[in-house]
Amino acid sequence: MKPALFEYHRAASVAQAVDLLAEDPGAMILAGGQSLVAAMNFRLAAPSRLIDITRIPDLDRIAVTAEGVAVGAAVRHRTLERHDGAHAVNPLIRAAQAHVAHVPIRNRGTVVGSLCHADAAAEMPLVLLLCDGWVELEGPGGNRRIPAEQFFRMHLTTARASDELATRAVFPALPPDAGWAFAEFARRKGDYAIAAVGAIVQCDAGGRITRARLAACGISSKPVRLGRAEAALAGGTADATAAAEAGRAAATHVDAADDSIATAAYRRHLVAALTERVVAEAAARARRGTE
Amino acid sequence: MSTRQFGSRVQRNIDPRLLRGEGAFTDDIPLPGALHAAFVRSPFARARILSIDTAAARAMPGVVAVYTCDDIGHLDQALPLLIPHPSMRDARTQRPLARDDVHYVGQAVAMVVAADRYVAEDAALAIDVDYDQLAVELDLERAVAPGAPAVHTTHPDNVAADFTQVSGDPETAMAAAQHVTRIRVQVDRSTAAPMECRTVAARFDAASGELVVWDGTQAPIGVRGGLASIFGLDEHKVRVIAPDVGGGFGQKVMFPYPDELLVPFAAIEIGRPVKYIEDRRENFIGSNQERTQIHWIELHATKNGEVLALKDEFLHDTGAFIPYGIAVAQVASTSIAGPYRIPNIEVRFRAVYTPTVPVTPYRGCGRPQSCFAIERAMDKLADELGIDRREIRRRNLIADDEFPWAREGLLFADGLRVSLDSGQYHKALDLVCDRIGWDGFAAEQAAARAEGRDLGIGLAFYVEGTGLGPYEGGHVRIHPITGKVYVNTGLTAQGQGHDTVFAQIVADQLGVPVTDVILVQGDTAAYDWGVATFASRAAVVSGNAIHKTAALVRDKTVRAAANMLEVQEADVELRDGHAWVAGTDRKVPLAAIATASNPLRYAFNEAAQAATQFAPASRHDGPALQDDQHPGLEAAAYFSPECATWAYGVHAAVIEVDRATLQVKIHRYVCVHDCGNMINPTLVEGQVMGGLAQGIGGALYERIEYDAEGNPTNANFVDFLIPYATEIPDVEIAHLETPSPLNPLGVKGVGEAGCIAVGPTIAAAVEDALRHRGGGRFDAVPITPSAILENLGTA
Repeated sequence: MKPALFEYHRAASVAQAVDLLAEDPGAMILAGGQSLVAAMNFRLAAPSRLIDITRIPDLDRIAVTAEGVAVGAAVRHRTLERHDGAHAVNPLIRAAQAHVAHVPIRNRGTVVGSLCHADAAAEMPLVLLLCDGWVELEGPGGNRRIPAEQFFRMHLTTARASDELATRAVFPALPPDAGWAFAEFARRKGDYAIAAVGAIVQCDAGGRITRARLAACGISSKPVRLGRAEAALAGGTADATAAAEAGRAAATHVDAADDSIATAAYRRHLVAALTERVVAEAAARARRGTE
Repeated sequence: MSTRQFGSRVQRNIDPRLLRGEGAFTDDIPLPGALHAAFVRSPFARARILSIDTAAARAMPGVVAVYTCDDIGHLDQALPLLIPHPSMRDARTQRPLARDDVHYVGQAVAMVVAADRYVAEDAALAIDVDYDQLAVELDLERAVAPGAPAVHTTHPDNVAADFTQVSGDPETAMAAAQHVTRIRVQVDRSTAAPMECRTVAARFDAASGELVVWDGTQAPIGVRGGLASIFGLDEHKVRVIAPDVGGGFGQKVMFPYPDELLVPFAAIEIGRPVKYIEDRRENFIGSNQERTQIHWIELHATKNGEVLALKDEFLHDTGAFIPYGIAVAQVASTSIAGPYRIPNIEVRFRAVYTPTVPVTPYRGCGRPQSCFAIERAMDKLADELGIDRREIRRRNLIADDEFPWAREGLLFADGLRVSLDSGQYHKALDLVCDRIGWDGFAAEQAAARAEGRDLGIGLAFYVEGTGLGPYEGGHVRIHPITGKVYVNTGLTAQGQGHDTVFAQIVADQLGVPVTDVILVQGDTAAYDWGVATFASRAAVVSGNAIHKTAALVRDKTVRAAANMLEVQEADVELRDGHAWVAGTDRKVPLAAIATASNPLRYAFNEAAQAATQFAPASRHDGPALQDDQHPGLEAAAYFSPECATWAYGVHAAVIEVDRATLQVKIHRYVCVHDCGNMINPTLVEGQVMGGLAQGIGGALYERIEYDAEGNPTNANFVDFLIPYATEIPDVEIAHLETPSPLNPLGVKGVGEAGCIAVGPTIAAAVEDALRHRGGGRFDAVPITPSAILENLGTA
């Protein structure tokens, strides 16, 4: 379990990192290293060059602005998790962060690194998708932003070009009257989710759902919106029956095959149960918000 | 007298050093100039090797040597069959490096030795092996059916051993039975996963001809025997040291693994030290595992639930080779009747070759499987006869005055008879039921159901034959300078705390502080009579050997002290590191007694003056030592048990199956156990808890998964679910102490106890929780949420 030979570069600026990336098609970005280094030790990844971006000024910043929570590419999970300003405008972040591995891993791993790694069962890609956030990238041709809907292509694959550096991700603020909830189940505390579901629900004064947004991870090759569950809820009353119906609809989004941790049948059962739970919780929060 | 140390909660001597990071594991041993080994391992479960091209690897900078089966001379032969048994025909063991055929994913095919492990791994990847992949059958039942692909051409039916044992007259008893319960149960493949993987480092000194091997093994004396015979060296020229070892759990009692021969071979051939530190993936695919068994068990009973006869037939997965013989299956077959009288037994097993990592003992060694079979069968019998699960056990347990309870006709894994020596089984059952709240549980369950929560209760009994022979020894010496007591034994430790419990035994005899007793183990240069650490035997076999030895040293010490103090031996007391004249403040330190017991010419310190030739106490009328006298205060003695001593216990759990996640949540877990007299209850509890944690792993989480081609698909710590501390509940442990009549200390082993009964306890509780929702029986472990969903029939 020793990595193959590689170069190590510590980039001093985004521009230098982009240059270093362009020079070597085998180069990879090193941030927290919590997935990449393990993959290198298993020789599942063998980058010829690592470009360490953690010392680039400003990349470790969290900025809470009108558009939401902007998270620099060197921000550690744990820093974001404990950031009260971020929590104030988007409490889903802290709720999800509690499930991201264990504290020692969150102390080193980065949020944007997790987005770019794009594990199909990872929590933060799900949250970015659920919140309708985006990733900002810098490449030889300039910068661009990719919405979460388009960023995650499949397990371990994103729309980021190999010569682009993701510089930050933006998690939009939740609407002030929105209820939210996040639920996950893994066999062991801190493991990747077998399934996790997040919800953002808004209700009118009569308790009728005006807007429901649901997303899940662990059930497909990438984080997915639970469109059929959202449709089941739209315009209805946020009661137990509706939550159960949303759960049944959510289960139809499962297309992960049986694996060594869970069968597809179990994932359907689980995502239904988790959806039912988050819908009820989010709706309750939304109703409290409108009271 | 000093406070008795035996039975006290003495803190572990070893902990301060380990907790400060001052342990010395194999990889910590400084070996200047050492080279590093890496292996090319088979990616196929079954294949023929067509060619191996090592040219590119040999040409890489930093590569010192590359070995295939053609390059290892006399090592290119089948490895030893460690435990021969007549039930095996032409037993298969593997070669250090595969020749012609590979039989499991992970089998070593070539070894690279290079300047460091990085280069060694680079070179291993550059070795090109051309394989012709062959068909495999992973399923045990299909593997023994006609036409299944054979793991070895010598064994077309894949049966490695077929063995039947009978006790009593099962045929007559079965004919008399009024009710028969039959079930099929299955326990799946797991692995010990020690925190430190296996390790070997070797240095050969050409000038002295001495080979020194540091080996993270449980059996250094055995490893030395293997090396000496395979390399044709005098045993005196081979020194094997097991330094600090980070967990073994049986995986490291097996020897020799290929690396244990190849690393010393390369060190001799190259003339430089060579080191191999196994990585985690290699531990999953290259180091032995255990557990898969399928039992078809029948209980033939009266209508009252008295079991008259037991018939069990099981398949035992032995993996691709059977180097450790039938030990695991034999332990399972001889433990099958558990704590119950069941006077008539017929048990047959077939050990089956499968194209997987070889199977040798892992903590529990067949007992978790047989316990699962008998306990699930007892539950089913109870259900079928409409008898409470506690009551069915009560009606069959051996009574206190019925010990020893012999099962004539069965031979245990030590080749000796099976005779349960002592116990208070009824008391244990009552205690566990009392602590778990058995009687009040029905109301608790009903109340929970009314809230939409599914609670269940289960219990399971186990017995464990421990303290197997053939023997262990001890050597005890009081050091003449410091007065510290050095104790040597042939065992090794992998974290158990032998140094503390053996020190307690010696401290009681010699009246010294526990911290002044220093245990030396795991080094063949220090002591080389003995066997190894396995089968929950250290306390029983080495403990009693050391106890005997310490008593001999005590006698010598008292005699010498009486002489020095000019009193009768009966008036001498040993305490606080001194010999005292009873009832006075006259005393002499043990160091001085040890010094004085060694006639000296030179006074190297003040105390030594008393032992020199002109000192007042020295003899001037004859030899300083009599014919039958030895210098110093030391002795050696041995203990060889007449048969295994049987520990036992009973577990009970209240669990909830979460309706949303189908997760099994353990609300209460009670373990009552009896390992005879406890030397140190804290260490006993540590052993029980550690075993329980591994048992919970087997019950709920752990299963090595293979794809259809025999490739393990979860050979890593992400996908193979060893429970974390967060998954292990608080456990209430209650002790009973029924002394063993088979040894002077009255002790029984405890190392494996915790893991044995967890599977059937949890399975019974889950079954109880879900029956009202249409759940069926739970006759296989691990019980995953997916399995629960399938059981509920709503998949």
